[in-house]
Amino acid sequence: MLFPGVRALHNVNIAVKKGEIHAIVGENGAGKSTLMKILSGVHIPTSGQLLIDGKPAHITGPQDATYKYGIGIIHQEFSLVPYLNTVENIFLGREIRKAGILDKKSMINKAKELLATLKADFDVMIPVSKLSVANQQFIEIAKATAAETKILIFDEPTACLTGNEVDTLFDLIFHLRDQGVTILYISHHLEEIFKLSDRFSVLRDGAYVGTRETASSNQKEMVQMMVGREVETEFPPRVTPVSDEVVLKINKITNKKVTDIHFEMHKGEIIGLAGLVGAGRTEIVRALIGADKSDIYDVEVNGKTANIRSTQDSLKYGFGLIPEDRKSQGLVLSMSVKGNCTISVIKELANAFLLTNNKKERVMVSKSIKELNIKTPTMDQKAKNLSGGNQQKIVLAKWMNTKSQILIFDEPTRGIDIGAKDEIYKLIRELSESGISIIVVSSELAEVLGLSDRIFSIYNGRIAAEMKGSEATPERVMYYCTGGK
Amino acid sequence: MAQQTQTLKRIKFSDIFQKGQTFTVIALLVLVVVMAVINPDFMGWKNLSNITRQVSIIAIISVGMTFVILEGGTDLSVGSVMALSGTMMAGFMINFKMSPWVAVFLGIVIGAVCGIITGCLVAYAKIPGIIASLAMMEMARGVALIYTGGYPLSGLSESFAKLGNGNIGIIPTPLIVTVVIYFIAYLILNQSATGRYVYAIGGNEEAVRLSGINIKKFKVLPYFISGITAAMAGAISVSRMQSGQPNAGTGFELDAIAAVVLGGTAISGGRGHIFGTILGALTLAVLSNGLNFMGVTPYVQKVIKGAIIIVAVIIASRKKD
Repeated sequence: MLFPGVRALHNVNIAVKKGEIHAIVGENGAGKSTLMKILSGVHIPTSGQLLIDGKPAHITGPQDATYKYGIGIIHQEFSLVPYLNTVENIFLGREIRKAGILDKKSMINKAKELLATLKADFDVMIPVSKLSVANQQFIEIAKATAAETKILIFDEPTACLTGNEVDTLFDLIFHLRDQGVTILYISHHLEEIFKLSDRFSVLRDGAYVGTRETASSNQKEMVQMMVGREVETEFPPRVTPVSDEVVLKINKITNKKVTDIHFEMHKGEIIGLAGLVGAGRTEIVRALIGADKSDIYDVEVNGKTANIRSTQDSLKYGFGLIPEDRKSQGLVLSMSVKGNCTISVIKELANAFLLTNNKKERVMVSKSIKELNIKTPTMDQKAKNLSGGNQQKIVLAKWMNTKSQILIFDEPTRGIDIGAKDEIYKLIRELSESGISIIVVSSELAEVLGLSDRIFSIYNGRIAAEMKGSEATPERVMYYCTGGK
Repeated sequence: MAQQTQTLKRIKFSDIFQKGQTFTVIALLVLVVVMAVINPDFMGWKNLSNITRQVSIIAIISVGMTFVILEGGTDLSVGSVMALSGTMMAGFMINFKMSPWVAVFLGIVIGAVCGIITGCLVAYAKIPGIIASLAMMEMARGVALIYTGGYPLSGLSESFAKLGNGNIGIIPTPLIVTVVIYFIAYLILNQSATGRYVYAIGGNEEAVRLSGINIKKFKVLPYFISGITAAMAGAISVSRMQSGQPNAGTGFELDAIAAVVLGGTAISGGRGHIFGTILGALTLAVLSNGLNFMGVTPYVQKVIKGAIIIVAVIIASRKKD
């Protein structure tokens, strides 16, 4: 498989047994998605052979993959039509017709039957956009199994699911395997792979590293195969103690999603917001920086009342948000690294004639690239061509250039590979040591526990509990996050 | 000032003709060569200056259209706004005996106001640009027709004809106006913070908002500029025709969109270049000049124009992958 200038995959040689759950693991950019795209017919390999049931298969396109070879794929992002209902989505493109007219009755019955075998129960007649993410995923799976699928590929299926939903999904995957469906499972979550898979194969830099029986392997071996060396996530320890100076005092923030948020934050402190998806963590920080409207907003920054009504206001007060979805909220992907790094300060870089001073800008961006170790061929490279970790650093560079005093990291390492994660943790620590106050919102408990001086458990739009970082345990944090009192 | 000249010196060939425009450059060159072979007079000064006079109106309108499309919108009102400002300018000069300078200035203000209204509908009332500008297209045309009673306003002084038909030295005045407008547009789009925001909002509005930028202001701006350039084109049009025509500019919005798209600017916003637009406008003008010479009817010309837009867009979208 060749991409412009990059060979995405080479010498991949994986054998998958019928009716097993086979996990494919590797860091970002290792070639997992490319391999899956080849299997599902999106990309055509430049050389090599693919055997299905011992016979050579030539997949020429997605249609071919689905109908000729029985390969289905559940994407990380769903491919449902939001305004159509469940039945219409499941039968999209292969509607059952009677004398040329849609046979709605038998489609509805068949859809219900399919969902029943998946043990899913919800209204099939309302638009899918009104269903939960988990139910939408059921529809995706029903869609795939409706086409007599023999091989089903899951690409990061748990990314948007909550704890219970994940368990239901796993039950379903076991159920499908027991029916003889071969499962290929891609995931970043190593625990999932150990819970779920029979065997796993590791890719690194587009090449095949090896396959192991899951039961006779362990997490350490797997990570070692992925990165080619032994690594352990280490959270850099705090060197200087947090100062007593209060930089941020939230007396009260209330809006539709969050209730009575109040806390104080010290200079150089790291506060971790833990909670399940949908608990309101992101909503708290969005309300704080004026990205969402608040009904009550009583906040003091450096001892002065800050009436923040918009993101322009929060920029003035020294806030910076590194959002959870950097592609849709953090970056302008079509713009250069340079443009993204300076978007919030470009006005100050302009001289009296409003002409941006290229030299000043380039100096500023070179400095950012060096300081944050951003790997890019030039600063004029488009942001979309960089890896997740480097993209995250660009978003951070943007706020460092505005001299932000309070930085908010929402899911700082989502979709970032292990090596780059350590680098981000180190950066967060360094920033806090330099006196910048930081709020870390994360679904990864280890991250919150490893970095934070204080941890808030968020439940139902409220701060349910507050703990010192040194006293917090995963169990305690989770207890309050799940509604414990 | 030293800083400014330094910035200007930095304008490189690669800045101006990016990859997206390569096709347009080649298409234009091929077209010019073909036309020069078919028509021995094509490269003559008379024909060339004629082409520049013809192209200037669409080219100037296309400047504003480039801003709007780069930011992710569409402005359908440009043809009507051009007619409205043009007839008003003519009216000011004929009925109120205003000096051309004042009349043109007021006409531009009218165009700008139309643009601001459209822009505010987009930014504050959150109406899609194509709908807001469709409404403005109807209203501006309506006001132009009401104001003139549906008849052309004529009786302009000879001196005003110089804007559209005169020369400065040997160079046609509209060409000079066009070049100046493009240069200013280039400075705004590619050398100012404002331009950076236009590109960025076209690329990802939400990311720009979360970066602490007042995006509402910068969503009005492209329509404001589009109103101004439409009115400027109106002034040249009135001068060339020596009358204020309430039906002037019908369909020009589509020609302008065609020029912008031919110039390699993505209709979804965020990517493109102002100098691509002038190439697009020139390509269309040279094409129609050549086809006219060959005696191809305007009806057939429309078919050819459509086909060229399709080919250009297919090539441009191929390149993206």
